[in-house]
Amino acid sequence: MNPLTLNHYLLASGLLFSLGFAGVMLRRNIITIFMCLELMLNAANLSLVAFSRFHVGADGLPNYNAQVLVFFIITVAAAEVAVGLAIIVALYRARQTTHVEDIQSLKF
Amino acid sequence: MSPILFWAFSALMLAFGVSVILNRDPVASALSLVASFLCLAALFVGLDAFFIGVIQVLVYAGAVMVLFLFIIMLLDLKAEKRRSFNKFALLGGAAVTALFVAGLLKVISAFPAGAKPFPALGVASVDDVRQVGLAIFTRFNLPFQTVGVLVLVASIGVIVLSRRQLK
Amino acid sequence: METSLPWIILLSPLASAVLILLFAHRSKPLSVLLSLTAVFAAFGSTLLLFSSHSVVQTSATWIDLGPALHLTIGLKIDALTRVMLLVVTGIGALVHVYSTVYMAEDDGKARFFGSLSLFMFSMLGIVLADNLAMMFIFWELVGVSSFLLIGHWFTKPSAAKAANKAFLANRVGDFGFMSGILLVWAATGSVEFAGIQENLAKLTVNPSLLTLAGLCLFCGAVGKSAQVPLHVWLPDAMEGPTPVSALIHAATMVAAGVYMLARIFFILEPSPVALGVIAAVGAVTAVLAALMATQQDDIKRILAYSTLSQLGLMVAGIGVGAWGASMFHLFTHAFFKALLFLGSGAVIHALHHEQNIWKMGGLRRTMPKTFITFVIGTLALTGTPGLAGFFSKDAILLAAWHKSAFIFGAALFTSLLTAYYMTRLVVVAFFGEAWTPNAKHGHDCPPAMTVPLMILAVLSVISGYKFFAGSIFGEELFHSVHAAEHVSLVPILAVSVFSIGTAGAWFLYNGRSKDPVKIPLFRNKFYIDELYASLIAGTQDLLASFSSWFDHFILDGVIVRGISGLTWGVGYTLRLLQFSNLQGYAFLFGTGVVILFYMLIK
Repeated sequence: MNPLTLNHYLLASGLLFSLGFAGVMLRRNIITIFMCLELMLNAANLSLVAFSRFHVGADGLPNYNAQVLVFFIITVAAAEVAVGLAIIVALYRARQTTHVEDIQSLKF
Repeated sequence: MSPILFWAFSALMLAFGVSVILNRDPVASALSLVASFLCLAALFVGLDAFFIGVIQVLVYAGAVMVLFLFIIMLLDLKAEKRRSFNKFALLGGAAVTALFVAGLLKVISAFPAGAKPFPALGVASVDDVRQVGLAIFTRFNLPFQTVGVLVLVASIGVIVLSRRQLK
Repeated sequence: METSLPWIILLSPLASAVLILLFAHRSKPLSVLLSLTAVFAAFGSTLLLFSSHSVVQTSATWIDLGPALHLTIGLKIDALTRVMLLVVTGIGALVHVYSTVYMAEDDGKARFFGSLSLFMFSMLGIVLADNLAMMFIFWELVGVSSFLLIGHWFTKPSAAKAANKAFLANRVGDFGFMSGILLVWAATGSVEFAGIQENLAKLTVNPSLLTLAGLCLFCGAVGKSAQVPLHVWLPDAMEGPTPVSALIHAATMVAAGVYMLARIFFILEPSPVALGVIAAVGAVTAVLAALMATQQDDIKRILAYSTLSQLGLMVAGIGVGAWGASMFHLFTHAFFKALLFLGSGAVIHALHHEQNIWKMGGLRRTMPKTFITFVIGTLALTGTPGLAGFFSKDAILLAAWHKSAFIFGAALFTSLLTAYYMTRLVVVAFFGEAWTPNAKHGHDCPPAMTVPLMILAVLSVISGYKFFAGSIFGEELFHSVHAAEHVSLVPILAVSVFSIGTAGAWFLYNGRSKDPVKIPLFRNKFYIDELYASLIAGTQDLLASFSSWFDHFILDGVIVRGISGLTWGVGYTLRLLQFSNLQGYAFLFGTGVVILFYMLIK
């Protein structure tokens, strides 16, 4: 079996991202759409960690800047989920629905 | 990481990802997402990023997904009705996704540096928690503080949003 | 000692004002005590200053911006300053004493004395200042304290209005004054009198600039000394308490303009045009105000117009170059005009705030002390030979005789009218019978009021003589008073017009209970107030209608509604592009990202 390369990880990451985007396009339930967004974020995390491991520095360690970025993404994503879900709850209270097709009133 | 594990975990991750978008029941979607995230954490560990893998499990698969499930159950969401998919959405989504994957393949094929195997580490075992901690508290201290403020603002925002009076 | 005296003079009223207005305003006796202490401290220090005739100068740096601007808080004592200091603190002290009784029953007594101290501080600041910037600051302070004192009875609408009017009219003049200071500073690079005098050549090389600067500075005097056309505030200022009228609107503040002109005379001197304008304005003021005074019924207003007229005479004196004579007239006038005002205040006080002379009558019997002092003041003002006014008016007349027939004629005519209206006032108010029951209850006032009257009466007699005035003015300055060559025709003319005026008024008014002469033009002050009112009202209407149109059509119509309409319209148009489908937007977004992606990897 061939040894693993960076491209394997990038491919896996890209496919995961595409899956997330397809989910955003297909699903109607706003919570599922939100989950798909998380999927896309994590796809980005995967490629970042792969790059981190790929760039071994002079000290023989991976490049940790990328991992710090991943750490920040996870933190921000957590905050985003909290706020997003709160908005969804507020929306549900007002409209009794979580289907995006039922929510069209922003235009007028 | 042995290639077998990589193939296994990435295949599982993608399979659960497909399951997320195909399940009509949001609870099933959420549980698939947890499984997908666990596989992703395994991939992180395979890349010697133990700290990231651990917080992936703790924060994502743990806290965030619990929050999702909690909200789904709070709102008592039923499975989406079996409706034919919007043709426009189906076509458009498929087209954009396909184009993206095609572009990705093109990039990867034209990226010879990425075709090399991962270089070996210069140390016997990585102390990545220490390294990430050092990076956060030295080079990235200001962003770290900023993120702290962001989290504070988000928690206040959530409190405000969840008050009953909100119209 | 010599350098600390001016500071004592300047700062003791300030200390009193601050203490009264901040701490002591609840206690009337304490306020009065503080104010009296301050004014007598200033007066005493002034007297000590007369022990030598040297020029004293003391200064502290205030703002130092290199060679461009170096401002000092400087005090300068020379002969001119000494004269003014004596007038201000001397009459100030008498007025303070007088006010303790006059204002005895007033609720705002503490406030009154606080404002009075503030006024003393500002006025002394003008007198002591050795530079124009400082003079301007105190000039404005005088305006403020005058505003406070005129509006002392601010619950009376007429007093509040008069205070506003005085302040606004002064602002007009002060604007000119400030422009003048800036012009002088720009040209000579200095605002100190000494510095300006040194660099005066830089100003005189440009005669039109010099004239402009001189006239701008003169604007300040027009405002403060109430010259035509800004004279309208002074008669209305009589709404203030009578001691204020005596101190501020007869003896000191209105004299500040004349004093300032005398101070800066060296700037005016090289410009014949500026001097001509000053002389003309003064002469016109003197004649117009005297004409107006002949037909007034309010005792204080007659005196106010008389003050205007005499100030006009002083300004005209400056205009013909006789600034020494003008200062001399200012000096004597301060005494007898303060005397007349305080005398009228005694009458008003005794008759329970009755100011109409036709409702008085016969007061010579019930108020003998007031009557005698008032008559002495009148004789001094009208120029009776042997009294102060005769000498000082004579000096101005002489100077005018040599310079211009027009000014001389105007001054002579003013003297005639002065004799006429003052005799009318005395005859109607003090002779004849009591025309109303109220007038029968006239009585002399307590000593605190009559003693100042007597002191002023004595000064009105002696202040014209050389033994008195000479010792105060000092050798050099007194010499410049009588610089003009003596012409024996001038005193003869002056005495004859005095006699004609007095006799005419005596025969016309003796024993009358109603005014036999009615000239509406004079009675209504040449309709100048009405003219201003209509001018201002017309301008205001025009401006208001324009602003209304502007507001309505430009601001509301074009700007506010236009912008909102534009925003709304654009928003409405763009809204048509929206399809309100989340996934549609996601698709567009993804497409955009993919397009960018392909552009990048190409």
